[in-house]
Amino acid sequence: MGQVALRGVSKHFGAVEAVRDFDLEVEDQEFLVLLGPSGCGKSTVLRIIAGLEDPDRGTVVIGDRAVNDVEPKDRDIAMVFQNYALYPHMTVGRNIDFPLKCRGMPKPERAGLVASAAEALGLTTLLDRRPAQLSGGQRQRVALARAIVRRPQVFLMDEPLSNLDAKLRVQTRTELIELQRRLTTTFVYVTHDQIEGMTMADRLAVMNEGALEQVAPPAEVYAHPASLFVARFIGSPPMNTVTGTPARLDGELGIGTSGGQIPLSPAQRQAVEASAATTIAVGMRPERLTIGTTGPLPATVAVVESLGAEHHVICRLTDDQEVIVRIGTDAAVPEEGAAVRLDFGVEHLHLFDATTGDRIGR
Amino acid sequence: MGTEPSVAALAPGFTTALFAVAGIVVVAVLLRVASRHGTPLRRRRATKVSRYLLLVVLGVIVLFPIYITVVNSLLAPDQIAQRPPLLFPTHPEWSTYATAWTSGHLGRYLMNSFIVTVAIVVGTLVTSIAAGYAFAFLEFPFKRTIFVVFLATMMVPLEVTFFTNLQTVVSLGWYNSYLALIVPFLATGFGAFLMRQAFLGLPGELRDAAKIDGLGHLRFMTRIAVPLARPAIAALGLFAFFSAFNQYLWPLIVTKNDQYRTVQIGLKILSRSQISTINVTFAGIVLAFIPLFVLLLVFQKQLIRGLTAGAVKG
Ligand SMILES: Nc1ncnc2c1ncn2[C@@H]1O[C@H](COP(=O)(O)OP(=O)(O)OP(=O)(O)O)[C@@H](O)[C@H]1O
Ligand SMILES: [Mg+2]
Repeated sequence: MGQVALRGVSKHFGAVEAVRDFDLEVEDQEFLVLLGPSGCGKSTVLRIIAGLEDPDRGTVVIGDRAVNDVEPKDRDIAMVFQNYALYPHMTVGRNIDFPLKCRGMPKPERAGLVASAAEALGLTTLLDRRPAQLSGGQRQRVALARAIVRRPQVFLMDEPLSNLDAKLRVQTRTELIELQRRLTTTFVYVTHDQIEGMTMADRLAVMNEGALEQVAPPAEVYAHPASLFVARFIGSPPMNTVTGTPARLDGELGIGTSGGQIPLSPAQRQAVEASAATTIAVGMRPERLTIGTTGPLPATVAVVESLGAEHHVICRLTDDQEVIVRIGTDAAVPEEGAAVRLDFGVEHLHLFDATTGDRIGR
Repeated sequence: MGTEPSVAALAPGFTTALFAVAGIVVVAVLLRVASRHGTPLRRRRATKVSRYLLLVVLGVIVLFPIYITVVNSLLAPDQIAQRPPLLFPTHPEWSTYATAWTSGHLGRYLMNSFIVTVAIVVGTLVTSIAAGYAFAFLEFPFKRTIFVVFLATMMVPLEVTFFTNLQTVVSLGWYNSYLALIVPFLATGFGAFLMRQAFLGLPGELRDAAKIDGLGHLRFMTRIAVPLARPAIAALGLFAFFSAFNQYLWPLIVTKNDQYRTVQIGLKILSRSQISTINVTFAGIVLAFIPLFVLLLVFQKQLIRGLTAGAVKG
């Protein structure tokens, strides 16, 4: 049915490798979010699936057939573009109708489908307006209606919410999730907004510089980032990373940094010993750190930022590296300038080879 | 609309009309621009008043020659010679128009002008849209080079190609025919350039959306690109219309009798002929000007939008 697969797909524009050796399997009825920073090749991947770009190498599969040589219109996909790409000279009704009309569907049949698509997205009263006479949120809904009216196997969406204001974005996010549950269609959804990714995705595919870094459910990506890039990209405030080298203190293997020795769990020690890494980045989520009088890392409190529901305490280690600690409002807030020690459970540490970015251990 | 000085000397009355057209356009553009700028309310009112004063003065200057042309067409020849000049016809002689139309064969000339002009406008639009679309949306070998060649033709004045074109037309056996009047003007580098820019201004995602809807280039062009480029097309059509309608030298050279002569040559003949007195010539000028005037009124908006495109954003 609505599976999508990219196998060994590459695409370059001139000297730019927009997509490199891409292997991705999207299951039927899955909501897959392609997440990555600007320019990492997300749109290119989506356009390759849609058939708007030809890959240099590799196979694109939709449903159970390879579609490399299939025209976009015959791939049974619908795409929602970042700027909606509504036809400005047509009314809302004609915009929604147009994909059906282009396929030569007879008029009476079309009318019913248009009406139900408009109904599903609350556009019934707007059918006679032009896109220019609509708000951003309404245009976005027209773009969705135009996509669903054909009932394709796969929806491709390229940052469809990025032109909406923050409040509308949250609201539309929910509507989109509901829509997907209702339509039981495969969604491939591109965004650079990690909140969108975390909240909407069945699985997240994190991209960087044209390559996949990790494909996993959002919680898994958060708890076990597969690479230093993913670790730093997902989470707000971002994960702290402190760089050091494997070192023994009192015979125990740990990570020696100029700010102090970081202890490891037995499993982590084994992993570090097994890896060839010489410099190691230790990742610590801001909410996993505690500020107190004991702990392995001495630090000074530089700034306390209050966000209402939480505080971000920015600490400076003795070697001047910055570490952010997130604490709840009910916890005691340290004074700025105070000398403190940072503590953490070793099981919450993430270890990466600082040179390759690969994760060390689980 | 290149009316050269020599040509102007040959058709003085018509140049007046042309000048008026240009003037009206300038005034309309100024009005458009004047009504757009946001300044504090009191200063805005003051500048508005002074702007309108300026525009009224400009309008009078521009419209005065037209008015005098109309007045003169209704006066007797000795009244036209009178000094100080008469500014209002007390006994208008409408018969001048009938004379110009019938004895002056102006009907025939106007019809020729229309056949030629409409053919040129339609041809220019078709070729410009097709070429502009190709430059904007298609990939083909030597695209840039070919485009530069198109642009280069814009820099070559008519006079340079005049005699070679004449030779070509004559050797094709087209001398004294509609073909000679029409074919050399069916495609312009300017038109292709203008349409290319208009098409490039369309959001690229529209083409992608259309591809997913299954539109090939032909259907995308006719259903999406052309409707959206309407302002540019209207402007191009009007420019083509004016420049075709106002041609003088080329039609004069490639025609030899009334069967194919256009209205500008007709006016010249009228002004020299025995049947004509000067008021009849003025009536002829007015008759030749009316179609332009009507067109201008109808397409005012598009013309101004075309002229100010890029100058005023949004
Ligand atoms: N048609 C093109 N011609 C040349 N380079 C291109 C083209 N399309 C994309 N690129 C390049 O390929 C890379 C990936 O582009 P892509 O649009 O896929 O990024 P993206 O992840 O969608 O970014 P964003 O979040 O900003 O939309 C970029 O470096 C971009 O400059
Ligand atoms: Mg993009």
